[in-house]
Amino acid sequence: MSVSTIAETAGTETSTVAGTPRRRRRSQRLSPLLVAFVLVPFAVESIWVFWPALQGFWFSLTSWDGQTPPEFIGIDNYAELAGDATFRGALVNTVIWLVLFGGLSVVGGFGMALLLQRERRGVGFYRAALFTPVVFSLVVTALVWRVFYQPDGVADQILRAVGLEHLVRAWLADPQTALYAVILPALWRQIGYVMVLFLAGLKAIDPALHEAARVDGANGWQRLWRVTIPQLKGVNAVVLSVIVIDSLRSFDIVWSLTRGGPYHSSELLSTYMYSAAFQSLRLGYASAIAVVIFVLALAVILGYLVRAFREEA
Amino acid sequence: MIRKLRTGTFHTGMTLLSLLWLAPVLWVVVMSVRSFDDIATNGVGSLPHSFTLDTYRQAWTDGGELRALVNSLLVTVPSVLLSLGLAAVAAYALSRYRIPGRRTILLLMLAGNLLPPQILLIPVQKFSELTGLYDTLWALIAVQVGFGLGFYTFVLHGFMRDLPGEIQEAATIDGAGPAQIFARVMLPLTRPALAALGALSFTWIFNDLLWAITVLRTDDRMPVTPALLALQGQFVSSWNVIAAGTVIAAVPTVAVFLRFQRHFISGLAIGAVK
Repeated sequence: MSVSTIAETAGTETSTVAGTPRRRRRSQRLSPLLVAFVLVPFAVESIWVFWPALQGFWFSLTSWDGQTPPEFIGIDNYAELAGDATFRGALVNTVIWLVLFGGLSVVGGFGMALLLQRERRGVGFYRAALFTPVVFSLVVTALVWRVFYQPDGVADQILRAVGLEHLVRAWLADPQTALYAVILPALWRQIGYVMVLFLAGLKAIDPALHEAARVDGANGWQRLWRVTIPQLKGVNAVVLSVIVIDSLRSFDIVWSLTRGGPYHSSELLSTYMYSAAFQSLRLGYASAIAVVIFVLALAVILGYLVRAFREEA
Repeated sequence: MIRKLRTGTFHTGMTLLSLLWLAPVLWVVVMSVRSFDDIATNGVGSLPHSFTLDTYRQAWTDGGELRALVNSLLVTVPSVLLSLGLAAVAAYALSRYRIPGRRTILLLMLAGNLLPPQILLIPVQKFSELTGLYDTLWALIAVQVGFGLGFYTFVLHGFMRDLPGEIQEAATIDGAGPAQIFARVMLPLTRPALAALGALSFTWIFNDLLWAITVLRTDDRMPVTPALLALQGQFVSSWNVIAAGTVIAAVPTVAVFLRFQRHFISGLAIGAVK
């Protein structure tokens, strides 16, 4: 880190000192082809991402059914959101999702990475087993688990077998359990992914650090907290960003399993936004929900960009 | 002795956990070859009492999985090639030449990929209607390319930047222009990163649901993920057919994963260790 900062300051200094001659060389080297190499991809992204994003903010200030032209109504959509119980429920569910899905996949993924970090017999198979669900789409995951939750499906049979039949219920159709019944499959798929990220991070830690700590008399627990976790700072930041962004984006699995129901009990901001837009055809209102999702993600996005910016220096 | 015991506990625990993790998958595969009557009499959770591949035929032809699979590939393959191609040229120019404002461009492109897609859904749908691309596979390809581009460019940029400058200088002295250096020198050297991103982006695009249901409407044009949801509506309680459809929908990404396993994992880890 410190090396790259030094290199950065050195780099800016030379370019300011030797500004003029370098600039001449620069313009000489820039062939139209290279300009096109940058501009064409940038234009594609502008058309399909940047411009739509700006439009999205604008639409959030309008009332629009998609047929007649959008009508500017200021912040009315946001005012309505503040009093919308479904929106508030979706917001709470999104926070629950973030904490449970995010928290448990980090704990689970990190735990598995610690257990499976050492190369030994069988570890390859265990890693592959935990990783397998990552390959499936969330729709496939949803269907696999839908069968599991089916009335008289495997979940119920297992409960009956261990004598807990009073717990048996329509897992996805019961407002009390629907959200959690959706989080479980999402976790099943995410833990292997987080594990791979941590495994890569653990591999990059210098074993000499652990050796030194051991010589100093640190036990396993102390080494975990004082050596491993601090050394994983970079990975932790990435995992955190991935988890928050993934949580706020989560849509497929909820849509495939419950569509946010029953009675909005598993509604997330993302699913509420989708149904407000394409089922209720309230495009302005849906855009306002999308802006809220964006604002929630903003801190993480900025953090990620700052990190990327430092790396590119 | 204690060591042996610990190893034993570790392997027993991990084997159980692995089986638990794989159980839902194995069980769907088993269910996909059971007959309807078997499931009706013995329940979805019982061991198989029958064997049939008719479920696959039903999902494949009656359920429209074949057409959906073709649609998926028609979208995924061009999207992967186009987005990686565009990302590679952008990353090349930004990493090897002093393009003014190159760092800002790069981060802006990355920022675009980090946006929650929800903010883009309505404008993208309206824009595709405006251009006449709505409800065509072209719209899906375009938005997949546009949305993925930023991340691929960022990763490839990091990779190309770290390649030694001497190779490029030598090629320049030999009289090669930027295009030749890109095609003959940089691209071959970037192959590992391209393979990793290729495997990853294939699964991402193939597995996508949200963009597909945003820019497509007609059932016949839907790729595999939305088609699978439709299959569920069509064969409401024929769990064996739904299971067969699920297996069919999962096979392509599993195949890509098995073929490019090493690249796939390293691709996922790219972000983590950098």
